[in-house]
Amino acid sequence: MSVPRYWRKQLNRYNLKGSKCETCGRHFFPPRGLCPECRRDGKIVDCEFSGNGTVRTFSIIRTASSDYDIQTPYPLAIIELDEGTCMTAQVICEPEEIHIGMKVKRVFRRIIAEGNGGVIVYGTKFVPA
Amino acid sequence: MREVAVVGIGLTEFGEKWDTSFRNLFVEAGAKALEDAGMSGDQIDEIFVGNMSGGRFVLQEHIGALIADFAGLTKNHIPSTRVEAACASGGLAFRQAYTTVASGIQDIVIAGGVEKMTDVGGSETTDALAGAADREWEGLVGATFPGLYAMIATDYMNRYGLTREQLAMVAVKNHYNGARNPMAQYRKEITVEDVLRSTLVADPLRLLDCSPVTDGAAAVILCPLEMAREFTDTPVKILASSQASDTIALHDRRDFSTLDATVAAGRRAFKQASLTPKDIGMVEVHDCFTIAELCAIEDLGFCAKGQAGKLTEDGQTALGGSIPVNTSGGLKSCGHPVGATGIKQVCEIVEQLRGEAVGRQVDAEIGMTHNVGGTGATVVCNILGV
Repeated sequence: MSVPRYWRKQLNRYNLKGSKCETCGRHFFPPRGLCPECRRDGKIVDCEFSGNGTVRTFSIIRTASSDYDIQTPYPLAIIELDEGTCMTAQVICEPEEIHIGMKVKRVFRRIIAEGNGGVIVYGTKFVPA
Repeated sequence: MREVAVVGIGLTEFGEKWDTSFRNLFVEAGAKALEDAGMSGDQIDEIFVGNMSGGRFVLQEHIGALIADFAGLTKNHIPSTRVEAACASGGLAFRQAYTTVASGIQDIVIAGGVEKMTDVGGSETTDALAGAADREWEGLVGATFPGLYAMIATDYMNRYGLTREQLAMVAVKNHYNGARNPMAQYRKEITVEDVLRSTLVADPLRLLDCSPVTDGAAAVILCPLEMAREFTDTPVKILASSQASDTIALHDRRDFSTLDATVAAGRRAFKQASLTPKDIGMVEVHDCFTIAELCAIEDLGFCAKGQAGKLTEDGQTALGGSIPVNTSGGLKSCGHPVGATGIKQVCEIVEQLRGEAVGRQVDAEIGMTHNVGGTGATVVCNILGV
């Protein structure tokens, strides 16, 4: 993928910056520019998430695209952030350790490295809290 | 709105077609459909073709024109349009053709689907398919397509007590049916033990829980019901065609184990046809993974939430059961050339309703199809009857 595509969302990826609708109070991560409830009546502002959350469901990915080869197998989860929105992320723990209801917190980690001398993409993963 | 019928169907054999190109797959299916309808290509008014990712799989875009050209239909310069909704592209093409005929805009329309998936390597296929979900916020953090359905399975098993064996029985049943379908990619029966011994892809899903990578094409010809007898003695009437959307990402869903777009599309289809699930004699559902078949059976209303595993274990979804599911072998055994699947489902229902499904024939007068794009962001349902 192109460098600008990674770069454009780096604050969101690195610092878990999302958005919220001041009209209805809903939080969004990944960020949305339009509230699906309030639509044009909503007032969207940036917000930073605490980074604490709970595993709602998970899998252990054992076959991935080649960008992820060196990490495979890795636990992947849908995490409900304490602010009430859900996101998909990797959880850094032993495959047998992850479970539904597990409390996790965010960490800054490398996501992928594109080959030798390619782009290194950083972002948010989670560890047991 | 005019009543619309299917008057011709055509399928290529599904599988790894090393000797056949993308364009030739479609032409073969289209020619078979015309042959089946006893029709000349000159009678076709318009083409819709479902294709997910010609751009990734064969580096070809502008597929509508390519198909019209190599099907020999550019002479009359008829409109030809490629439609895309990931794995629901075929279903979408069918619905476009249906609305085009029902509205009176055109009389005879061909709806096809085609995918040529084996011209790229496995890793690239995995990556292209991940584009059916949210590339930015699912794919880029390491979610594979099987991984997303695996997370549905984890949630479902935790909430409803589904056993790993019950999940395997979906694949066993679909392979039993596929073994009886001459067009299927895997005409081979398997056992629960085979499934449980197969490689883990994304826990809890194993290789034999997953639909394969497939080359193939399918085509059907639609016309107004009042014209149908000109072409066939056995027209199959389209009783309903519906479509629904949901969030592109699984993590934004209200309930990970319920595909709300399936619920919505199913309800719309039943309402349009003035029918209920009890009236349906057979259904082709989108079993891209075993867990997807169970969710579909429930979300369409064939049983209560959490009961589809038991229904499968009791044999009720098998040939001869109370609601035969995926008599073609489904995506699992018949194969899943993504853009063609939604059309292949219609072909199976038509074959069954005409009484031509030798070796896997069920006794039904009304059949239903259910085609999903991504993890449930697009769903197309059709109800057909004789």
